[in-house]
Order: sequence, then C-alpha cells, then structure tokens
Amino acid sequence: MTAIDTQMPARIGSLSNARVATILFAVAALIAIAKPILPDGLIRLPDWMILPWAPWLQAMFDFVREDLGLIYVTRTITAGLEFVLDTTGNILYGKHRWPYLGPISWASIVGASGVLGYWLGGTRLALIAGGTWVWTAVIGQWELAMETMSVIVVAAPIAVAIGVGMGIQAWRHRRVEVALRPILAVLQTLPFFTYLLPAVIFFKVGPTAAAVATIIFAIPPMILMTTLGLKKVSPDIVEAGQMSGSTRWQMLRHVYMPAARTEILVGVNQVIMLCLAMVVLTAFIGMPGLGAKLLAMMGSFKLGRSFEIGVTIVLIAVMLDRLSKAWIVKQPVHFEKGSPWSQRHFFLLAGIAAFVVLALLAWVVPYFHEVGRRQDLSMGKEIDFAIKWVLDIDAIQATTQWLRWFLNTKVLIPFRDSILWLPTPSAILLFSAAAYYVGGLRSALVIACFFGIVALTGWWDRSMITLYTVISAVILATILGIPLGIFASRNEKWSGRILLACDTAQTFPSFIYLIPAIMLFGVNDVAVIFSILIFAMVPLTRYTIEGLRGVPVELTEAADMAGSTRRQKLMHVQLPLALPTMAVGFNQAIMFAFFMVIIAAFIGTQDLGQELQRTLAGNELGKNFVLGTCVSVMALAFDHVIRRWVTDRKSALGLD
Amino acid sequence: MTDSQPVISCRNAWKIFGPDPEQFYANISADMSFEDMRAQGYIAGVRDVSVDVAKGEMLVIMGLSGSGKSTLVRCLSRLHDITAGSITVDGQDLGSLSEKELIELRRRKMGMVFQSFGLLPHRTVLENVAFPLEMRGQDKHERRKRALEVVELVGLSGREEYFPRELSGGQQQRVGIARSLAIEPDIWFLDEPFSALDPLIRREMQDEFLRLQEMLGKTIVFITHDFDEALRLADRIAIMKDGAVEQCDTPDQIVLNPATEYVTKFTEDIDKARVVHAGAIAKPVNGEPVMGTPVSSGKTIQDLARLLVDDTRDLIPVTSDDGTIMGNLDRVEALDILLR
Repeated sequence: MTAIDTQMPARIGSLSNARVATILFAVAALIAIAKPILPDGLIRLPDWMILPWAPWLQAMFDFVREDLGLIYVTRTITAGLEFVLDTTGNILYGKHRWPYLGPISWASIVGASGVLGYWLGGTRLALIAGGTWVWTAVIGQWELAMETMSVIVVAAPIAVAIGVGMGIQAWRHRRVEVALRPILAVLQTLPFFTYLLPAVIFFKVGPTAAAVATIIFAIPPMILMTTLGLKKVSPDIVEAGQMSGSTRWQMLRHVYMPAARTEILVGVNQVIMLCLAMVVLTAFIGMPGLGAKLLAMMGSFKLGRSFEIGVTIVLIAVMLDRLSKAWIVKQPVHFEKGSPWSQRHFFLLAGIAAFVVLALLAWVVPYFHEVGRRQDLSMGKEIDFAIKWVLDIDAIQATTQWLRWFLNTKVLIPFRDSILWLPTPSAILLFSAAAYYVGGLRSALVIACFFGIVALTGWWDRSMITLYTVISAVILATILGIPLGIFASRNEKWSGRILLACDTAQTFPSFIYLIPAIMLFGVNDVAVIFSILIFAMVPLTRYTIEGLRGVPVELTEAADMAGSTRRQKLMHVQLPLALPTMAVGFNQAIMFAFFMVIIAAFIGTQDLGQELQRTLAGNELGKNFVLGTCVSVMALAFDHVIRRWVTDRKSALGLD
Repeated sequence: MTDSQPVISCRNAWKIFGPDPEQFYANISADMSFEDMRAQGYIAGVRDVSVDVAKGEMLVIMGLSGSGKSTLVRCLSRLHDITAGSITVDGQDLGSLSEKELIELRRRKMGMVFQSFGLLPHRTVLENVAFPLEMRGQDKHERRKRALEVVELVGLSGREEYFPRELSGGQQQRVGIARSLAIEPDIWFLDEPFSALDPLIRREMQDEFLRLQEMLGKTIVFITHDFDEALRLADRIAIMKDGAVEQCDTPDQIVLNPATEYVTKFTEDIDKARVVHAGAIAKPVNGEPVMGTPVSSGKTIQDLARLLVDDTRDLIPVTSDDGTIMGNLDRVEALDILLR
C-alpha cells in the first residue's frame, strides 16, 4: 500500500499537492482575515461541542479501578514491588527494612564499579565508574544517589524483561506487532505526567509508583530493539540452527537471542538511560533522591547546590551510558585450553576482592563507610556566590537582559499572540495545508483529525501555547544547531568532538537542562525556551553532522572534480543529500521539545504542562489523560508529516 | 553407485514462491514459462524436479545464481516445504514428518554446510562444533570428546577455544564442516561451501573435502555455481536453470552429450580432455582384437595424452577397476577430444 502511495500521491482531480496546499492556505488566510465578522462559534468551538471528556474518562477509570477490581491487582503488584524496592533500599542506603544488612559502604561500591569499568573498557572506564562514585560520596550526595539507584536497579531489569518478552511476541506474531506499533508511537509521545499520575493512583506514592512509571516509560525501545534484532539474524545462522535439530525453544535460546545480542544490548542501554531520566522526574510524585533534591533546590533558587546535584546526575548518566555501551561492543575473549578457573574468572575475583578489602577498610575508617554531614566537600554556598557574582557582571547582565527583552517583545510574544489570535478552523486548515503539501490528502486528513481532537477537548488555547513554545524553541535551535553541524562536519577532528558532546548531552536526563536556563534567565518564558532550545539542539546538530558526513565520497569527489567551490558543493551536493537525515534530527528535536516543554511547567508556564502538573495535586486522572492526549496528538502530527517527507525524499533520492 | 533403494528420492517436486502457491500450482499449465509465472507474481524456485541420490554418491547441483539450486537443497532438507511432488529420505516421506520427527531426523541423519558459514558468533570453535550434539541432549563429556575428534579431523587442533571472528574464512568453513559432521550424518548437504573463499583456499578446501569424503563415504548433495568445481568433485551433476533440472548425468556424459542448448553453452569452454575418462568412451570389445597393454578406465584423456599420440594401435584396451577388460578405446576419437 505504501509503495503505491509513494508512486501516486493521492490527488484531487488533476491538481498537484502544491496547488491544493496553496488553495487550502488561501482559505485559511481568508478565514483569518474575516475573523471580525465571523460568528463566535467559528473562532473557537462553541461550548456545546466540547464534551465533558475528563469526567467521563474519570468515571471510566473509577469503574475499572473500583468496580472491576483493578485496584486489587495493582495492590498485589505494589506489595511485591515494594518488597523488592525495600530490599535494594536497605542494601544501598540502609533503609530500615529486611534484610537489615545495608548500607554498603561507598568505598566498596567504588572498588567494585572500578573493576567492572576496567573489565568493560580499560583504565578510562574504570576511572569514570570509580570517579563518579567518589565524587558522589565526597560531595555528600551518597544517600540521595543511592535512593535513585535503588529504583533503577529494580526498574531497569524488569523493563528489559518485559520489553524482551513483548519484543519476542511481536517478532513471532505479526498481529501483535501490528497492534503494538501505534501503542508504542503514542507511548513515546505521551508527556511524562501522564505516566506519573496513573502510577500514583494505582500504585503507592513514592518509590513504588516511581518504579512503575519508570518501567512503563522505559519499555518501548526495548520492544523495538528486540524485534529489530531478531528480524536481522542472518538466515544462514537460522538454518544452521534448524539443521542442528534445534527445537523452537532451543532456536530462540541458543540461536536467535545470542545472534541478536547487539541490538538487544542497545535496547538495554536505552532502557537504562530512560530509567535514569524518568526516575529523576518522579520527584514530582514524591520519589526521594537526586531528582527530589534538585527540584527542591531549584525551587528555592539555591543554584550552587542545584549545580552540584546536576553534576552528580550528569556523571551518573555518563557512567551508566559508557558502561552499557562498552558492554555492547565487548567481545568474548578466548582462554587457551587448560587455563585454570581463577584465570578465566579473574575479573570476577578481582571485583569481589576489591569489594571485600574496601568494606574492611570502611569498617576501620568510618569515612570510607559514610561521609558525614560536616565532612562533605559541598561548596554550594560558594558556587552560589560565584554564580551570582558572574551574573552580576554588567556585560553579562546586559546581554541576558537584552536577549530576554528582545526575544520576549520582538519574537515570542508577537508569535504567541498571533497563534492565539487565529480562529480554530483557520489554524487547523493551515496545518493541514502544510501536511497536504508534504504528503497529500492522507496526511492532510490525519493532521486535520489530530488537531480536531485538540479542538474538541476544549484545551485549544493551552495547546496553542505549548505549540508556540515548541515551534519557537525548535526554530531557534535550528538556527543555531544546523550551522554548528555544518561547521563541525568540515573536518574529522571537529565532527568527532561535537558528536561526542552531543552523545554525552543526549544521555543527560532532561531535567538537567533547566539548571543553566534558570541560572541565566531566571524564571520566565525565555528560560523555558532556552532550556528546550539546548535540549533540542543536540539531535539537530548530531544528525546534521551525520547526514553531511554520510554523503558518499564519490559524489563529493565528483563535485570537486567538477570544479565546485566549497559553498557550491555544500549547497548543491551535500545538503540536498543530507536533508533526509537532517529531517530525522529535526523530528527528534520536536519530540524532545514536546517532552521538555512539559517539564518546564516547573518554571511556571501557561500551557498544557502547567495544567498537567496541577492534575497531579488533584488526582484528576480524567483531565490528565485529556491533556496528555493533546500533547501526544500534536507530537504525532509532526512525527507523521516529517516521517512522510523523509520517506518520500529518500525514495526520490534513491537512498536505502 | 549401488543397486539398493536411493537414499534421497525426489519426485516431481515443485516449490513456488508467491502469495498463494497451492492455488497457483493447481491452475498451472505445463508450458508456462518462468517469465509468465513471474508476471503473475510467482517464482518457481524448484520446477518439476525428479532426482535420486544413491548411497555413497556425490550429486553436485550446478547452476547460476537464481537458478533454484539453493532452494532445491533446502527442499531436500525441508528447510522449505515443497508445494507439490514428494521427497523421500530413506523411504520416509519428508513432507509428512511431524516437527518432532523432522528434528529427530536432522539430529541423527543430516548435516549441512552453509555458504557464509552460519557460525554462532558467541560460541567458541569447540562449542560451535558441539552445538548439534548439545541440541540432541548429549552429555557434556561425550560431546566434548566427539567435538575434539571432528575438530582434529578438519585440521583445527589448537584453535578449539577461538571465537569465529578470530579465524580466517577458510578456517571458519572448516568449523562449519566439523559442525555438520559432529553427529555423524548419513546425508551431507553442502550449499556452496567454498564460494566465499579465495581461489587458492578454495582449491585447498576442495582437496581437503575429497580427502574427507574418501574417508567417510557419505551421501552428498553439493551445490556450486562453479562448473570446474562440479566437474572436479561430482559423481553426477545436475544442471539447473529457472528452477528446473536441465540435465542430470555423469560429468563425462554432460561434456560429451549435452542434453540442451543451455548445457552446451556451459560446456563449450571446458577442456573436455580433462573431464572425460577412458572408461566413458570405451566401446564394447564386440569381437575386435584386444591388443597390447591396456589402460585404466579411471584415466582421463589428458592423462593418456602422450600415449594417445605415441601409440600406433587403432584400438586401445581399457580395464575397469577390478582389472578385467571392459572394452576398447578408439584412439582417433580420443585424439579428437584431446585436440579439439
């Protein structure tokens, strides 16, 4: 079906897509101009059309929860989960629960992680792994970090197990795959508040709800990567397994799963990183740990401490990412026949030894067991002071203030006002016109339908504010990120550096990006835009570099031999070919922006995020879902159109 | 070749790929060409193929890529289910085996070697070789012992603990061969086993393969797109085109009497003197005198080149393997083959 679609885009009569788009655009403009004479019902949907979705949904949830008895199921799960979380809590930070062994002294964990790091990736990773924990301990955030980790060590394995299981089912039964695909697409665009509230309502507030929200949030990529990996197993290996007389289970266990190891471990890496990102955000539902502390510190504007916690989170993110990525590429090493057991398991023994020796040391020297409140090296106040001092420098203050003024009065507010001023039908037509231009009738209908849903929920104005924030931030990110990518792609050294920076930045939990924004601009719209901007710039720059460097050498050489200047080569050869890849980055930037804009509710926005945050306090599950749907369909609308464009463009260029 | 019942017997087998192969097969007419089928969205991977493989025989299936040779061998091992016809292995109808019986058959009787080796990347050489034994649940010590034996057989001793990525292509294929031999199969399928290797290594592996076959005497179905390789190894060659077998015969007969135009084209560039054996063109004595020293029927015309030029006899007697005279070789006819 798609093949036919790309060859013959749906047309109305003999009109081309561009012509129809222009007509739609003109109609949209006409409605906008005619606004003063339009009846109210055409400017915004009349009240009678906006159905009380929220109470209906609420009633449905209540029915499922109480009358169908879902609450008993979730309570059982809660009890089991709570037991596991209590156990890890006890071991990692000494929560007063069974098995009453913990906490493990920090020095032991440093030792064991160091050995693990060395085994996976040599000295460098040993230093990253050990160093992260040393920093965490001496800065006085050990307990916070362990609270966070105690959820991750439970959530990540569960998410991996469920994800792999569902991935296998999706790979085995086409129907499951078809059914899962739209669900996963929606899950990946739902704002995180929509994960949090049901978790709170169905599972106990605190670590249990946090773990549940984290698990659900982290599952989708695991499913996708598992299915992908299993599909990619080479037929020769499969046939070799069959000819060896493997049963179905043996095939899966001994042939498919090991052969799909790389993809599955990439999935594991993504699960771990999503777990960290989410667990930090579960601070909003009362999960203690690094996230909660960061939230509190930012709330009371203690920038120094916020900065330190930010550094800890970033270090942990980098460490988890590097370790799990090193695991992906780690190849088994062979031992000569007859090597003794101790030599085969050298690193395991070394790890245990480091753990035990340091535990004994910690027993003698209390400092290595726990860094006391007065012993930590936290310099929150001093950093606070330094930050304030820097920000008080006239030049900097003048710059940020001018930027704030300029962006606010010249760009943001006019843009916001105009998008809010547009009558609803006109706006929907406008978006559909753009979609028609790219993907023809089908895309236009999809987009009209998506924004129609937004209008029907009655949250149009709030949604438009969210949309305006996303669009302005992504445009600014494009203006900054693409030239940066073009510049970096010019030589090997710089592309390497910037790609590394992007890779690293991408592992940071999104919450972190609020810190510099608040530092520079305080609490306002510009800070929101700024935090989204840096978050969204990462994929844009990254895919620009990858797209440009991915242009086949023959083509650039042909351009060189045709005597083109650098600029001509860029404009006529490299950019056109890199554009589909860059568009993938653009799409990701928009998805990131939709995610970030909701988090920015914390700074005090006026959009859907703010309303979503409020539902948390009121346990309004119905409203929460309605708002979540608004965010999701808007994100899906962009996703649809951009993907469509990328596919068409790629087939037009004859790429893959 | 033996007189007993064939080990593999394939009767009018069809394998059709497409949306609804059974339906399509039911309405097929005999003269429908490959292109006609393709126009309707169907590919006949195997088209009305009937071949027998006798015990201890090596049948080489030869054809260009896309000719259906790999599909045919996958039907013989039931990696593919055939659309129509029947295939029996040791008298058992392959198509009617349950999943369990099929697994059992593969665990006891069949071994297969693949073009790109199909080694499991996370297992050492020894573990790869022991894999089929592990699958059938043999205990650890026994399978280790057997695996070490086969590893030695293919000349990889000392590399048992290596991982596939640490081996060269030739060595990897030795592992593939060892794995397929681990269960001591009666039937051995080899799907272009040497095509991915460099020419020099290929030659070496062919010699190695002939050595193994001499030792083991398995029933073999060997696939190749390399005619020289086929001539070198085969007892009989089946030449395939568009899923159908064009000719299935001994190398001598294929070279001397190509059945179709397609086969003729294939044999045109072949140095026939290196292929044709004295026994193949020897005529029954029929009262003609038997004079002088005989030649062995296993010699190729090229082997006999000097003799053919120097000798003055018109008819040279030929002895079969057991030493009895089987007929006379017409010297002029042989010289024609040599000098063509």
